[in-house]
Amino acid sequence: MSLRVLNGFKFSSLRTPVHRLDPRAKFTLVIGIIVPSLLFTNIYLLVGLLLVQVPLLLVGRVTRRWVQSLRAGVFLSALIFVVNFFTGPLANAVALTLRFLLLMTTFSFFFMTTSPDDLGLAIDKVGFIRWLSRRWLGYPNALSFTFTTAVRLVPTMAVDAQTVVDAQRSRGLELDKGNLLKRVRNYIPILIPLLLIAIRRSLELAEALEARGFPGKEGRTSLFELRFKPVDYLLLGISIAGIVLSFWVFFQYRVPTI
Amino acid sequence: MGENGAGKTTLAKHLNGLLKPSLGKVTVDGDDTTKKSVAQLSRKVGIVFQNPDHLLFSETVKEEVGFALKNFGFEPSVVVKQVERTLEALDLTHYANTSPFLLSGGERKRVALAAVLAWEPDYLILDEPTIGQDYQQKERLRNFILQLNSQGKAVVMVTHDVEFVAECNPKVVLMSKGRILAQGQADEILSDDGLIEKASLVKPQMAKLFSQLGEFGFPSDVVDVHRAKMLLEERLSEVKIRVAQSS
Repeated sequence: MSLRVLNGFKFSSLRTPVHRLDPRAKFTLVIGIIVPSLLFTNIYLLVGLLLVQVPLLLVGRVTRRWVQSLRAGVFLSALIFVVNFFTGPLANAVALTLRFLLLMTTFSFFFMTTSPDDLGLAIDKVGFIRWLSRRWLGYPNALSFTFTTAVRLVPTMAVDAQTVVDAQRSRGLELDKGNLLKRVRNYIPILIPLLLIAIRRSLELAEALEARGFPGKEGRTSLFELRFKPVDYLLLGISIAGIVLSFWVFFQYRVPTI
Repeated sequence: MGENGAGKTTLAKHLNGLLKPSLGKVTVDGDDTTKKSVAQLSRKVGIVFQNPDHLLFSETVKEEVGFALKNFGFEPSVVVKQVERTLEALDLTHYANTSPFLLSGGERKRVALAAVLAWEPDYLILDEPTIGQDYQQKERLRNFILQLNSQGKAVVMVTHDVEFVAECNPKVVLMSKGRILAQGQADEILSDDGLIEKASLVKPQMAKLFSQLGEFGFPSDVVDVHRAKMLLEERLSEVKIRVAQSS
């Protein structure tokens, strides 16, 4: 079940207008949706923000996976609803559950339609990250590279994890046997090989990178350049306007928070 | 045998129930694998995975080899005895108290093999056991497989190593794209140009040589050195006799 939730955050390599949006503009949109959803508890607004994303999900052709991840998140949203129902008014419980679904949808929309490569390029363009990376790691691309690598290794690690589980089950390990403590301890034979594989792989990766001249010099160029298209400017404009408006309304009218 | 992605490992994983068939039926000694747990089936069918890094986790080689025995609920005294026997058989006794992570790649592979052999499964499945092994280790592995075989155990090997297979001349099942292409003795399969091509393998050197010696009346289905040597010696002595007679 847990793996199906992750499916909703995995990149789908399609070429739709939504996939082609500039990741920076798309991320501003994500913030533009998250800010009002965290500031306000108006149910109509939350439902509205959720519905706004449906056409985007449809154009991006990821609706099915979104529904899958929502279905897997039903348990958690039910938990949120029940806890808040018993501790506050019904409206709050509904609003908080909606907020959870909205956050999940927004992030899953972003990660499903943005390739890790584009994301790395976008992060690389952010001046603050370059500055931080230069100060901290001595090279402006190092942080964005770290991020891209981490994202890219997730599916590889998932395959490794499956192999380790298979190998240990073949040696008679039964993961769901025994009491709670025993069950936790059952995972030791899984976690140790997995951890060691990850460490070994990162060392090998470091050597391979050095052999290919990483980190290189300042001013590295890239094969694919990110460029804002008119639609990206439009999206950016709407999102920033939305964020500013949300904050203005929030402070102007002193909206009560939960 | 078969190309990358032919489904060899997938098939192997069906044999101890790690994967259950979505269509059809897999039976081990008459038992349907869908009705037995992986632990129950593994007791009979031991799979040694390709990469030892996927299973080594203990502090010492001894514990590593004993892990499965404890899982299967053997008596502590039996565990100690079996671990000793297995380490001896694989020439690992002097590493008994070493951490498996300090060993070389080939040694780790042997520990992984020992970790499965320890419970003496009736069927042993080896996934690419010859990768990264030097010639001497391969030779040892072959002797070991033959020894297990003579003890009445079935050994199934997933491999690309044509030379290794040619020397043993076992029954070969050739796979491609999830289907069985052909099955038969290694000397029939590995000397068939069409099949070799389809499974993207290389002919063993002896088969290459003998396919070119066809015009001299040699059979083309020779894959191992011993049979090749025998045939060539026979011919040599014939020629020698003929030369002696004519002069």
